[in-house]
Amino acid sequence: MKKYSVFAIAREAMRGHKGWEEQWSSPEPKKEYDVIIVGAGGHGLATAYYLATVHGITNVAVLEKGWLGGGNTGRNTTIIRSNYLYDESAGIYDHALKLWDGLSQELNYNVMYSARGVMMLAHNVHDIQVLKRHVHANRLNGIDNEWLSPEQAKEFCPPLNISRDARYPVVGAALQRRGGTARHDAVAWGYARGASARGVHIIQNCEVTGVKRAANGAVMGVDTTRGFIGAKKVGVVAAGHSSVIMNMAGVRMPLESYPLQALVSEPVKPVVPCVVMSNTVHAYISQSDKGELVIGAGTDQYVSYSQTGGLHILQHTLDAICEMFPIFTRMKMLRSWGGIVDVTPDRSPILAKTPVPGLYVNCGWGTGGFKATPGSGHVFAHTIAKDDPHPINAPFTIERFRTGRLIDEAAAAAVAH
Amino acid sequence: MLLIRCPYCEEERPELEFRNAGEAHIARSANMSGESDDDFEKFFFIRSNPKGIIYERWRHMHGCARFFNAVRDTVTDKFVMTYKAGEPKPAKLPGVAK
Repeated sequence: MKKYSVFAIAREAMRGHKGWEEQWSSPEPKKEYDVIIVGAGGHGLATAYYLATVHGITNVAVLEKGWLGGGNTGRNTTIIRSNYLYDESAGIYDHALKLWDGLSQELNYNVMYSARGVMMLAHNVHDIQVLKRHVHANRLNGIDNEWLSPEQAKEFCPPLNISRDARYPVVGAALQRRGGTARHDAVAWGYARGASARGVHIIQNCEVTGVKRAANGAVMGVDTTRGFIGAKKVGVVAAGHSSVIMNMAGVRMPLESYPLQALVSEPVKPVVPCVVMSNTVHAYISQSDKGELVIGAGTDQYVSYSQTGGLHILQHTLDAICEMFPIFTRMKMLRSWGGIVDVTPDRSPILAKTPVPGLYVNCGWGTGGFKATPGSGHVFAHTIAKDDPHPINAPFTIERFRTGRLIDEAAAAAVAH
Repeated sequence: MLLIRCPYCEEERPELEFRNAGEAHIARSANMSGESDDDFEKFFFIRSNPKGIIYERWRHMHGCARFFNAVRDTVTDKFVMTYKAGEPKPAKLPGVAK
């Protein structure tokens, strides 16, 4: 792997950019690997990267039915934050946030992590109570979060309408300054390049069609559209399709898959300097470095794998955006799209061993998995390498739905999924 | 937006009038406190989440307000049929292979 640097750019500029090498190789699959990761999204590629760098396991294949980063990694709204209520969530999301800081240097790949601040709006007295509870809980967990008056919120994000007679008046806001955004594609590409350079095989256009188990129940490998590939350890990181893959191994999951939509506007000059979220009216917005407003909508109400959603869901979100930012009412929206998100009953992820020996699962990130990519990959690699969870992901078991030890972020409100 | 046929109103109406109410044909135990943890987990949390034909409940919230069941393909989002609550799970589906 040739290192990227300002000198490399200068050198290539001198010789017509003919010396750039491909960022990852596309090898033929081997018959057997030590570990197979199903799904080459951010989480899967990060898992492979940390298996190689932290645990020295490089005989790894990452299987992807489409192209890498083409699922929810390329469909999310790139928001990064760790202001979750419960200790377990704070642990895993802040672990990720600490890794975001410095990830570009670690990967030698500019993931464009920008700690521009994530501001969550309160519109009524209940929002104030819930958000202040979050502020206090976060600070007890060593996570920065601070309370802003409407005037301070306006100062932090000038286009915001804080007029008292607004339809959704802003009565305060919680601000996590370390939160922000990153370039989602670059995250997948950076991890893929780093993993590939250390010997990991990234095999695209290779769909898993079955999970093979030995007589004693343990995993032997997977059937794919490119034939059987053996491995004693298989990690399923397939987002909306996780329950489909787990069913192939005979494991029924506490998951349901829903369409989640997002959209971007025409590009304009810098106008939104931070991320603004309102959970009460369900709208969130930021501006990409290209200048597009990036807007996230909600999920549809029914199980679907269609990768599209209802137009009324987008309209609902745009209604709220236009109320909070009257300046945007005449903006044109350029593109909208849907992704399929796997949602657990308590809205917290599952990163765990499964009842099947050698089978591991990293799923259930629901509507908010992008922010966790580095942390998720880091602790999931530990879980696979040691056959034992890292202390950070130890609470995120499948068994919690039997024992009742839920991590109930869904009931904690003020969590934009 | 989906168009959904309410089997009580016998009309196809826009999705906005309806609320999805989750997977259908999951029987609630008559003796809930006697359920084992395993059985309660299966009843309460585990879902089939199929990629393909799903049996699901809907409620015609802003119409007759009644619950009914539907069969839908989760890949195309097209409804195969809807039927009244309490009717058995259809053995044969019109226009579906297998």
